[in-house]
Amino acid sequence: MANGTAVIAGKSFYEEGTTKSKSGIASWIFSTDHKRIGLLYLISIVSFFIIGVIIAELIRLELIAPGETIVDAETYNRLFTLHGVIMIFLFIIPGIPAVFGNFFLPIQIGAKDVAFPRLNLLSWWLYMTGAVLAITSLFLPGGPADTGWTFYVPYSVRTGSNVIFALLAAFILGFSSILTGLNFVTTVHRLRIKGMSFFKMPLNIWALYATAWIQVIATPIIGITLLLIIIERTFGVGIFDPTLGGDPVLYQHLFWIYSHPAVYVMILPAMGVVSEIIATFSRRTVFGYKMVAFSSLTIAFVGYLVWAHHMFTAGLSETAAVVFSLLTFIVAIPSAIKVFNWVATMYKGSIDPRTPFKWVMVFIFLFSIGGLTGLVLGSLATDVHLHDTYFVVAHFHFVMFGGAGTIFFAAMHYWFPKMFGKMYNEKIADIGVYMFLISFLTLYFPMFLLGYNGQPRRYFDYLPQFQTLHVISTIGAWMMLITITLVVWNLIHALRKGEKAPDNPWGGVTLEWQTSSPPPLENFEEMPNVPNEPYDFSHLTGIKDGSK
Amino acid sequence: MQEKNTGNSHHIIDYSTYVFVWVMLVGLTALTVTIAGINLGDYTLVVALFIALIKASLVIAIFMHIKLEEPIFKVFIAIILATLAVIFILTFIDYTFR
Repeated sequence: MANGTAVIAGKSFYEEGTTKSKSGIASWIFSTDHKRIGLLYLISIVSFFIIGVIIAELIRLELIAPGETIVDAETYNRLFTLHGVIMIFLFIIPGIPAVFGNFFLPIQIGAKDVAFPRLNLLSWWLYMTGAVLAITSLFLPGGPADTGWTFYVPYSVRTGSNVIFALLAAFILGFSSILTGLNFVTTVHRLRIKGMSFFKMPLNIWALYATAWIQVIATPIIGITLLLIIIERTFGVGIFDPTLGGDPVLYQHLFWIYSHPAVYVMILPAMGVVSEIIATFSRRTVFGYKMVAFSSLTIAFVGYLVWAHHMFTAGLSETAAVVFSLLTFIVAIPSAIKVFNWVATMYKGSIDPRTPFKWVMVFIFLFSIGGLTGLVLGSLATDVHLHDTYFVVAHFHFVMFGGAGTIFFAAMHYWFPKMFGKMYNEKIADIGVYMFLISFLTLYFPMFLLGYNGQPRRYFDYLPQFQTLHVISTIGAWMMLITITLVVWNLIHALRKGEKAPDNPWGGVTLEWQTSSPPPLENFEEMPNVPNEPYDFSHLTGIKDGSK
Repeated sequence: MQEKNTGNSHHIIDYSTYVFVWVMLVGLTALTVTIAGINLGDYTLVVALFIALIKASLVIAIFMHIKLEEPIFKVFIAIILATLAVIFILTFIDYTFR
């Protein structure tokens, strides 16, 4: 028994736990059950996401007209820094791995828990410690950091705001990420159920496995880099600040050596979820399964080779710029392998366009735009014009929010019945998807035009000719707020008053659909059957088979 | 896999080996300090890093038992070292040609 406990037949993990206290908050915050930890992460991450959204609304409101509207310039700098730090470090990096990875990785490989359940709980505690530190800086003299989430030197060494708090927060959050990665790598290697070879694993597991490696290898680099800034600020040691004899470009190298692979920590798990949802709702095995699996590993590796494309205008040598531009184009290959294989999976499939599937379609559309505009930024000549403009802001919101954020919602709607044993109102959920697409395009597409026309990012003020596009974007932000409220309300309503969910509401064939909804403490009352291939729909009865 | 629990297997390394490695580490540290006092010009850093590499290899192979572990761990370490090497090479493409 993974946790030294005995399973009571017929009880879900909500009814029996791993702690001495059977109910109350202690049975959650001290639980080593991976499902409870996943839900702890869910509550924490969604809470911080909502704070990030509120800050974003304030930023957009400030930008509704040129000049000062609701906040002064300095507060504006703090707001976009907080928005970035919260959304990157507290929402999107941990997002899918910590919530859905924790909950479903052991179940999808037929394990009772992760390899190190206590370490798993520690990672949530570290996450909360980092989060509290980041939020505390709001209330201290000096105020929250105003450097942007990238903490670029020499400004981050010289500003009077509480940069050290934000840096320490990111440092601690890094440890949380490493522990989750270690746990996932070990779990995938050691705890797969008998009969599940690597090439019988669901593609979600492949994606989480590749992500875990990035977390383990890349995160220490940002940890030490942030510590170096703290040392420089505190002791005046010249590392990055040129007036002290340091090299500011070195900071950018070190920062992006982590932060570019971190982009793949954000998007790879989302790609894993996409493979699951497309297979389930197309009733077909994933086209080119092995290539999709290997493309996750390839993206994870090539993701290490491209970091300096963030630095083309920062004084990088021309030779390095050409090399990094070329390498950046190579990342498009494994990404395209995934997209084409997803589309090929749907071809001649028996498509059942339920809510999670619709979210995935929105993802493919938005992520394709985000990915292709990434190539525009990866080209040296066009990047000189577009660097540090709203074009970049639009690009990464299409990739991150349109990509990973959309799939966070998709995963929520796909696995909600399994996690909570309740069904949500699909009609309202579908309206949420359509509204999301419209508000997303209204909010972010004008930013491409703004950037192309020369509006720099992170500016408090702008020229009058940019106002129309800014107003459209702000209206989009209000629409997005309404959409998110509707989607979250629909799920909360389902939690309280939703109908009971069957064990397999979508006709999925991966192992999580072989257990009850919600699952028992150790995931399976009986050992699940491992299918001959990971997405074998031929045995499924009661569902029309379109696999031909 | 679940049925395979190699994590509990014990490797036995003689105390004498541990002591020998410890002496080697101390000796190599002394060598690093000594060499720091000699003017080797551009080679100072290379020599210091080479000695550090030998020390790290000893710790990983003997103290961390990797020498006796399954091949998969050696593959992991090779991948990590390769990644680190690539990061160094790419960074120096910038610094060398600037």
